[in-house]
Amino acid sequence: MNEVELLNWVRGPGLNIAIGIFLLGTIWRLFEIYSLGRKKDLSAPRHTAGASGWNTIARRSLAPPGMLKRSPISYIGGYVFHVGLAIVVFLFAPHIELIENLFGLSWPALPSQVVDLATVVTLAAMVLVLVDRINKPVKRYLSTVEDYFTWAVTFLPVLTGYMAVKHLLLPYTTMLALHILSVEILLVVLPFTKLFHVFTLFMSRWYNGQANAHKGVPV
Amino acid sequence: MSRRPTVAEQLARQGVSRRAFLKFCAAAASLMALPPSMAPAIAEALGKLRRPSVIWLSFQECTGCTESLTRSHTPTVESLIFDMISLDYHHTLQAAAGTAAEQAREDAMKEAGYLVLVDGSIPTRDGGIYSTIAGVTNLQMLKDALANAAAVVSIGTCAAYGGIPKADPNPTGAKSVQALMDEGLVPRKPVINVPGCPPIPTVITGVLAHYLTFGEIPELDSLGRPTMFYGDSIHDRCYRRPFYDQGMFAKTFDDEGARKGWCLFELGCKGPTTHNACATTKWNNGTSFPIESGHGCIGCSEPDFWDAGSFYTALSAPADPLTLATSATVAGAAIGVGMSFVNRAKKGAAKSGHETATLKDLEK
Ligand code: SF4
Repeated sequence: MNEVELLNWVRGPGLNIAIGIFLLGTIWRLFEIYSLGRKKDLSAPRHTAGASGWNTIARRSLAPPGMLKRSPISYIGGYVFHVGLAIVVFLFAPHIELIENLFGLSWPALPSQVVDLATVVTLAAMVLVLVDRINKPVKRYLSTVEDYFTWAVTFLPVLTGYMAVKHLLLPYTTMLALHILSVEILLVVLPFTKLFHVFTLFMSRWYNGQANAHKGVPV
Repeated sequence: MSRRPTVAEQLARQGVSRRAFLKFCAAAASLMALPPSMAPAIAEALGKLRRPSVIWLSFQECTGCTESLTRSHTPTVESLIFDMISLDYHHTLQAAAGTAAEQAREDAMKEAGYLVLVDGSIPTRDGGIYSTIAGVTNLQMLKDALANAAAVVSIGTCAAYGGIPKADPNPTGAKSVQALMDEGLVPRKPVINVPGCPPIPTVITGVLAHYLTFGEIPELDSLGRPTMFYGDSIHDRCYRRPFYDQGMFAKTFDDEGARKGWCLFELGCKGPTTHNACATTKWNNGTSFPIESGHGCIGCSEPDFWDAGSFYTALSAPADPLTLATSATVAGAAIGVGMSFVNRAKKGAAKSGHETATLKDLEK
């Protein structure tokens, strides 16, 4: 298989399979999670200021007091790479073109030089949080294979995308094919790993906040 | 066979002046991306050369490659270069026909070291009967021609990669010259691929000029193409590139953006993955190239370009429709609902199996 055949495969059958598995897994897990249900809480609700689902969403999106100083890399690095990913994924012209083709939605793109910069910053932040995870004994102890695996499948699409655009190491066609392939791997594993937080993050924060608010505890 | 004349002798015989020849050599130098100061050296090398014999074999093709070559303006590098080789067989261009033509081919093949030029793919299904010349299959003819050849130049995407005849579902089992060598169906010789549908005439002659001047195969990329012509992508040399970088795209062929000359990526331009010299060498005597006339690149110098999705679908969009999406969604929902029943049953079983703990149990 030469690079053009690989590119044709990842743009055609490969993408079809990856999006199929992604949809299947995502819808399966959302149905399953929503249908779990909880027993009705029969106690009388207590009211405390700042205790609600929405409050928790806001509160947990910020570092708790003192934590920013104790773990700056986790918070700053984490924020930077998530925002960077959003910019790279949603504001790069060829990506918007794909979204428009799939869902009919489109919006203006950022100049590619800006996206380039965001990519470099994202890659650097991701490397930093990984190094931090390995260096800090507690974080290392808490880390499982899945943590490293999900880091890698998130990192690779960004890296290969950057290398393709910048013509690094391999010819553009090969790199583009590898880039699309790495995104397909990400799509396939996303519903079945902790990467599913893309969908569950805010709803689980809201749920925890709401359940605790009933007991009068702002979490 | 009489001694072949040198190129210098041949040109003198045809009344081509030394000056015209040097001019040609300078053009050849620039084609090969060499400094003009190399021209005298090229002239010397070419002048001493005995006109090498060239056999041009046209197989499963549309004659577009030959058309490309002959439609160039005269007098040109193209016509001069053909004064330098002895084109002993080309069934479209030669005057001889029928048995006389085939005789010419067989005579040329007696003296080893000739160059074989191929355009068109080679059908292999059912013994290769889908294309024959004078009752001989293309496969057999190529096999015979390669036996004593020094090298082979695959002119056009069909000879280089199979091209349109190889497009899905490939009814004739069409293959490229390189593929046949890889499968051991024809003798292995050095191959230079000069793809394009058709290739740029000056690229064809540039490759030949290089081979004649240096007597060796030029540096090739992973797909067997000379890097001096195919080293850059169209996108990297495209004059619309600043619009691409700014995210300014024509959305239709007649909108504001199209009129202003914005990038054609969204209209399906395959420039980013296509390697060829169109953006620099241009067509029709340097007039323009497809993107300059407002149409995106279709990627004709790449393998399987015909099967790479629509010419009008952006490179980043799916090449095929996502046929699995609907059934995957339904299956996902079905599994999800199924799992919710399993989970509920589990919960119910746990509830009914529940035993009330008494103080005594705790004291046990
Ligand atoms: S028109 Fe095609 S080759 Fe030119 S910049 Fe746009 S995408 Fe690249």
